[in-house]
Amino acid sequence: MDQREELERLLCEHPFFRSMSPELQREIADCARSERYNAGEYIHREGEPADRFYLIRHGSVAQELRIPEQESIIIQTLHEGDILGWSWLVPPYRWTADARVMQLTRLIALDARCLRGKYADDPQLAYELLKRFIPIIANRLEASRLQLIDVYGEPRHRK
Amino acid sequence: MASLADPSAPLSEYTSLSRQDTGDFFGAEPMLPVPYRIHKRRQELSDTFTLELTPADGSHSLPFGPGQFNMLYAFGAGEVPVSISGNPANPATLIHTIRAVGPVTEALWDLKSGDVLGVRGPFGTDWPVAEAEGSDVVIVAGGIGLAPLRPAIYHVLNQREKYGDVCIYYGARTPEDILYRAELEKWRGQFDLTVDVTVDRATGKWAGKVGVVTRLLARGGFDPLQTIALVCGPEIMMRYAIKSLNQHGVANDRIYVSMERNMKCAIGFCGHCQLGPYFICKDGPVFRFDRIEPLFEIRQL
Repeated sequence: MDQREELERLLCEHPFFRSMSPELQREIADCARSERYNAGEYIHREGEPADRFYLIRHGSVAQELRIPEQESIIIQTLHEGDILGWSWLVPPYRWTADARVMQLTRLIALDARCLRGKYADDPQLAYELLKRFIPIIANRLEASRLQLIDVYGEPRHRK
Repeated sequence: MASLADPSAPLSEYTSLSRQDTGDFFGAEPMLPVPYRIHKRRQELSDTFTLELTPADGSHSLPFGPGQFNMLYAFGAGEVPVSISGNPANPATLIHTIRAVGPVTEALWDLKSGDVLGVRGPFGTDWPVAEAEGSDVVIVAGGIGLAPLRPAIYHVLNQREKYGDVCIYYGARTPEDILYRAELEKWRGQFDLTVDVTVDRATGKWAGKVGVVTRLLARGGFDPLQTIALVCGPEIMMRYAIKSLNQHGVANDRIYVSMERNMKCAIGFCGHCQLGPYFICKDGPVFRFDRIEPLFEIRQL
């Protein structure tokens, strides 16, 4: 099996793409490639151009916010099967957090410029992609709310 | 024990039966605290501690069901309900994990090894560990909510062969707020358990997961149609955990929650802990979720 077929197979097996038509899956596979990162590497940094999104095949990635003169805060961690990144959908297409690799991680990277080029001419592709991203965005918002209200309550530091 | 899983059983029936299970030594004087001595005090978290208690006169042990609670009396300060968090197979030592959040729990905080406090109980309903035999068991705990679930975990581990897949999903505020961390790590190392932990916030030093506890359920590891789920934590966390369990196909009549309210008499007289038609002290604290779902939706009950 050549690399392209392998990528197409991995994409089709992923829940995110599984229910798409074979034609759309092939379109998307045109924009895909495999990537590998070691622990401690950054996939991207806040403010950099968001020209990709990723399917995590294996490993863990921490999305972090840097706060001057403090340790970075981990907003969430993403793991096998998760989708990383939707800043590529929102102008001006800049990452809003750092993505730090926590352990050896293999991903499928999808080239956003390639996808944006395709979906400008193909509303069906745009619809199918957005339909899958919106629940991810909604879940992220819901999780943020729960983290914000601090459900477990602040510990009282005692002697 | 009556079947908690039987939807036709009136609530009062199983609660009265489960009360009988708890032994009858307190039956004659349910309002009279029995003196217990603190055998050991262990600091768990910055505001949370565990007391190991033995009867001051050494006379008896206190059989309990997983999920039941005792009223702990800090002499001169008052009484509070605290779930039992020890091993039901070893009731000779009574174990309570307590978070110091108010005057009475702070008075308990100040007690030292050798000091005496009063105990009434055990009270309330059990986690449905007998009904769950033959099913997968999913335990979803948040924060201090792991303490009332620990007896159920011990029970399932004591009789591991009677259950299907067993998952423990735990969420805490930060890595420093993970209760029973050493024990969770030990359980995580077992081949016959799925244990996953997440925290709401962390800095780069934490190598584990960050995110809300409901995300752990996405990992699966259980058959939703053959699962009994036990959920305990802050009410809002339970609400989201139940929603997530539903999304994964677990029905409300297979989900059990432990409710917390300010209990006073603990024997269903005073009405302090009323939740709609129920008194949490005797009809709960463990409820099958479909029975209290309508009450769960009401604000400020």
